[in-house]
Amino acid sequence: MFDRIREKLGILADAAKYDVSCSSSGSNRKNENKGLGDAHGTGICHTYTEDGRCVSLLKILLTNHCIFDCAFCVSRRSNDIKRAAFTVEEVVELTMNFYRRNYIEGLFLSSGIFKNADYTMERLVRIVKKLRNEERFNGYIHLKTIPGASEELLKEAGLYADRMSINLEMPTETGLKLLAPEKSHAEVKKPLQYIQESITQFSDEKALIKSVPKFVPAGQSTQIVIGATPDTDQEIMHTANAFYKSFSLKRVYYSGYIPISYDERLPIIGTQPPLIRENRLYQADWLLRFYGFNVQEILNDTYPNLEVDVDPKLSWALRNLDQFPVDVNTADYRMILRVPGIGVASALKIVQARKFGRLYQDNLKKIGLSFNKAKHFIRYADSPVQLKDHEAGHIKGVILADGQSKYLKNPFNQLSLF
Amino acid sequence: METYLFDGTLEGLLTSVFYFYQRKTKSIKLVSKEHYLPDVFNNCFTVVSEDEKARRVWNGLKKKLGKEWMLHFYKAFLSEQPDIFQDLFEFARYIIDNAEGAEENYGNKYVLAISQMSHKVHREKHRMEAFIRFQKTSDDIFYAHIEPDYNVLPLLIEHFQNRYADQKWIIYDLKRKYGLFYDLDKVEEIAFDFSSEMSSNLNALPEQFLDPQEELYSVLWKDYFRSTNIPSRKNMKLHIRHVPRRYWKYLSEKQG
Repeated sequence: MFDRIREKLGILADAAKYDVSCSSSGSNRKNENKGLGDAHGTGICHTYTEDGRCVSLLKILLTNHCIFDCAFCVSRRSNDIKRAAFTVEEVVELTMNFYRRNYIEGLFLSSGIFKNADYTMERLVRIVKKLRNEERFNGYIHLKTIPGASEELLKEAGLYADRMSINLEMPTETGLKLLAPEKSHAEVKKPLQYIQESITQFSDEKALIKSVPKFVPAGQSTQIVIGATPDTDQEIMHTANAFYKSFSLKRVYYSGYIPISYDERLPIIGTQPPLIRENRLYQADWLLRFYGFNVQEILNDTYPNLEVDVDPKLSWALRNLDQFPVDVNTADYRMILRVPGIGVASALKIVQARKFGRLYQDNLKKIGLSFNKAKHFIRYADSPVQLKDHEAGHIKGVILADGQSKYLKNPFNQLSLF
Repeated sequence: METYLFDGTLEGLLTSVFYFYQRKTKSIKLVSKEHYLPDVFNNCFTVVSEDEKARRVWNGLKKKLGKEWMLHFYKAFLSEQPDIFQDLFEFARYIIDNAEGAEENYGNKYVLAISQMSHKVHREKHRMEAFIRFQKTSDDIFYAHIEPDYNVLPLLIEHFQNRYADQKWIIYDLKRKYGLFYDLDKVEEIAFDFSSEMSSNLNALPEQFLDPQEELYSVLWKDYFRSTNIPSRKNMKLHIRHVPRRYWKYLSEKQG
């Protein structure tokens, strides 16, 4: 018994780990029934793996048996691996016992497709229903939407899950067709749309009638695999941007492809995963969501890929030096936010602090912005007189020399795939 | 400059602010008894904590500061750092002497000091919420002990009480020698004498005190931690930034 459950957990956690989302934030579920668990608004990472990823949820597949044969997936039908399946009770027991020991924030449940979509989705719903209704579990539940599952099942799932997600997998339809001929972007869009409409409908009703239950309170997310197909960063971010807009997604995750197959359509096993590119895409994603940038400003036909050696915000600033220097004592918040080296927290502090008097270098350093980077782009009360404008290449050189440890350590060991 | 000597409590600190105004002192050096070194050049005034005086200062601050800043004040106090007492004192003066809204002046040294220390304490609180690992004992109590950098136990009550409403639990601060006990109804402060061999490592409870299933779940958790790792993405620098080495002892999954 002991050994069997250990083996299952090994197989089904290993198969689930390529889904990178591990967020436990955004839910407002409260422990009102004196049961177990209470959502934490900003989420909690209970530990980190050695690759630096947050571990917040018990992330497992219900089973890794699958009728599909997607080339990029480790659980594909044609792959010769050990298969296993949990029972409903096993998933419930694991979740409850891990949660009680403060190991996790909740459950991330996904599954290979066995028999058909509805059959699989129905099993997933049965588990979350038991957790909520019988065990009075109020922790976080992230549930995978199974493509092709009926709307009735999706609606039922949404009543118990905090977040639901369904993965786009490849950034473009052509890429997806190449690696997973049985799948399409359309079958991802349909359930995203349906759940999004239901979220809106439920929250409209809840505004009028308090007893209306929660429906996917932490919203939906999706994942795009990076580097399995030869798409540009422009294609990736424009797709992500369109999905943020159309389906009010909470997050788009970018997952650097980790070679798991000898399939000749894919990078071969042993290829380094594109970790820096993945990091740059997340930085670009942040610029869209928190820094007021338009995707077109960051990636366009002239600049179809993000630079590897500098972050996208610095890269944008160097291409647009005519908009700098920004005077921190007078400029708009919007513009201060665009200065490389100034984050949201520092920008807010700057606009609050300057009401009390002009800001000097000393104030700025203490506020906590990255002064050595920002100084090339700002003016402040005691900024030194500048005799000539520096050109972009010069500034970039100075910053790169300054921040050696951060920018120059890794970029060159990352091989270009195509 | 006069030295004010106080007992190191929040009440004492607030009482000191009261006396500062009552005695019309120009500027003072605030020192807690624990950190006091007698100094022949300065006069020393010993502050006796008084509930009523402390309350008046607290309410005075409350009139000018929102809930968020009152909490910053309290969190910074819980840091127990010797310099923070002076900073809190000067911050209180700055707020009292100026018009409403002065706390937004991040150009002010004390505003910044309180805000930054409060964030440090908050981060430590959050780490405890994340890194505490309970062990289930044979009498159905979930037990964990901790040695946080700052005195964060008072900040943990609400979180753990809401979350673990249907199980008894104890969180014990080995460094400060007190703990919290939740008995399914309310949280109480407790203190007990440990036998001297109590190790500060996690999983420190001797096996005979544990629930028979405890071992199964701690092994499954370690297995899970190993399985969910992706070796080809290994990045120890990032790992250590998230979990500094001094916290590893809390994490059962990182032990042996």
